[in-house]
Amino acid sequence: MSLEVDVDHRRGSFHLAARFSAAPGLTALFGRSGSGKTSLVDLVGGLIRPDRGRIAVDGQVLVDTERGLFVPKHRRRIGYVFQDSRLFPHLSVRRNLLYGRWFARESAGGAADLASVVDLLGVGHLLERKPESLSGGEKQRVAIGRALLAHPQLLLMDEPLASLDEARRAEILPYIERLRDEAGVPILYVSHSVAEVARLATTVVILTDGMVTAVGPVLDILPLAEGNDGGSVLDARVASHDDAFQLSVLASAAGELQVPRLSAPVGATVRAYIRSRDVMLSLSPPQDISALNVLAGKVVGIAPTANGSQADVRLDCSGATLMARLTLKSVERLALAPGRPVHAVIKSVSFERS
Amino acid sequence: MTPEEWTAVRLSLLVATTATLASLPFGVAIAWLLARRQFWGKGLLDTLVHLPLILPPVVTGYLLLISFGKRGPIGAFLDQAFGIVFSFRWTGAALACAVMGFPLLVRAIRLSIEAVDSRLEAAAGTLGANPLWVFATITLPLCLPGVIAGAILCFAKSMGEFGATITFVSNIPGETQTLPSLIYTFTQIPGGDAGAMRLTLVSIAISMFALLGSELLARRIGVHRMAA
Repeated sequence: MSLEVDVDHRRGSFHLAARFSAAPGLTALFGRSGSGKTSLVDLVGGLIRPDRGRIAVDGQVLVDTERGLFVPKHRRRIGYVFQDSRLFPHLSVRRNLLYGRWFARESAGGAADLASVVDLLGVGHLLERKPESLSGGEKQRVAIGRALLAHPQLLLMDEPLASLDEARRAEILPYIERLRDEAGVPILYVSHSVAEVARLATTVVILTDGMVTAVGPVLDILPLAEGNDGGSVLDARVASHDDAFQLSVLASAAGELQVPRLSAPVGATVRAYIRSRDVMLSLSPPQDISALNVLAGKVVGIAPTANGSQADVRLDCSGATLMARLTLKSVERLALAPGRPVHAVIKSVSFERS
Repeated sequence: MTPEEWTAVRLSLLVATTATLASLPFGVAIAWLLARRQFWGKGLLDTLVHLPLILPPVVTGYLLLISFGKRGPIGAFLDQAFGIVFSFRWTGAALACAVMGFPLLVRAIRLSIEAVDSRLEAAAGTLGANPLWVFATITLPLCLPGVIAGAILCFAKSMGEFGATITFVSNIPGETQTLPSLIYTFTQIPGGDAGAMRLTLVSIAISMFALLGSELLARRIGVHRMAA
């Protein structure tokens, strides 16, 4: 299951020229607002026609302007979760959820049935209500369920969690992870949030002013993503839980990390997202320090930030990439340069549950 | 009321109901085209639909007479091919009323289709519904109050249509003598005042009822729009 996109589309003065192919799994479209993320998703979903180009999912061509081919949206078998949930106001939640079922030809393997979707999204008590009486978060959960129940071969999600509160987001994220890992449904996911992308994405596509500026596996690409505060991602496994102090110990390529207690069981794979401004550097192994995490590594590169007063220091910690944001003064005081061994210090409390 | 008056009221109700129901599918289709599609000649179609609203009714009636009359090109064809005759029949009165009420019908339905959020239609499309299903399950239910309001307007217009009807199918008691035609006849004969007054009251009652109905429905559309 892969996605290939190569399109040109002009709307007014905006020119979208995107070309990428994504590996199976979840592909995150990342970029500022106005960079063309939603247009790109609309093109894949068949809501708009590209001026030129080709889009294929898993080898099945959806659009090919050269061959004059355009599969209309109702024959694409895509599930589209819109930013504004777009529930049908005249239908009950149950009938909204089941809407796509009328048209799904044969049920595709792996897709869930009503009972399990209702259960997973926690919308059982809403079934007989009309959409207008739901909260934003409830609407969005129903919209996700509705898209899933249409048995899509590709799921498009345009900032689906933007309208949800932190608690609900944390509840839905594992479900999207399960979709990605178990159902085998490829997902194209638009997001502003580095933490969300870090946690969910297999592949990251960075869009800047309608152009794809970077594509690749999340671990390689995310550190390059401009904007936000920057940060790095570590793949890790839950090694143990320390219930006395409400901590979990993660084993990663860079070393052991102690983070606030996770609900994931021992052995589960997780991703740790570390903001670069939460990382401190020391030349000698720090002693008598409160921070629980010290990772040994080596400076690979130093890049000044856009405003020029700070620098992003890129570290190689036993093969894993870690970014640290320092003042230029600190860079000079420690005489940091590529090749120099350092110790990265990260407070456990700086980890957030995403 | 006299039997003659009852006949006219019954005939008017029959003519108006037939005109409304027969033009409803065409009205919905054309309203949808005008609201949702871009095509060559859209402006012309829009003008053509609205023409009876602006033309003197007598002109519309005369145009119907020369095209749908026994010797008119369309009338002759329909008579020979399907045995449908309009001239000097109640069906002709229904046709005249349908043409006169059509702009009101299309206008109300078009406005209510335009009020339906097209993003909902796009969402239904991504869920696998083809355009016809999208229309049947999303657009039509959401614009239904507008469709009903348009039908009521068309019905009310048909109840009162006079100029085009009398020009096209004349004023034959029991066949084409509708309520307004009979009122006109009463005003032309001595001692017809009482009958004219009775029918006028009936006419006012029917019109007010129709207007109240459409007003009520228009308010419901407003509520709908806010909710969506």
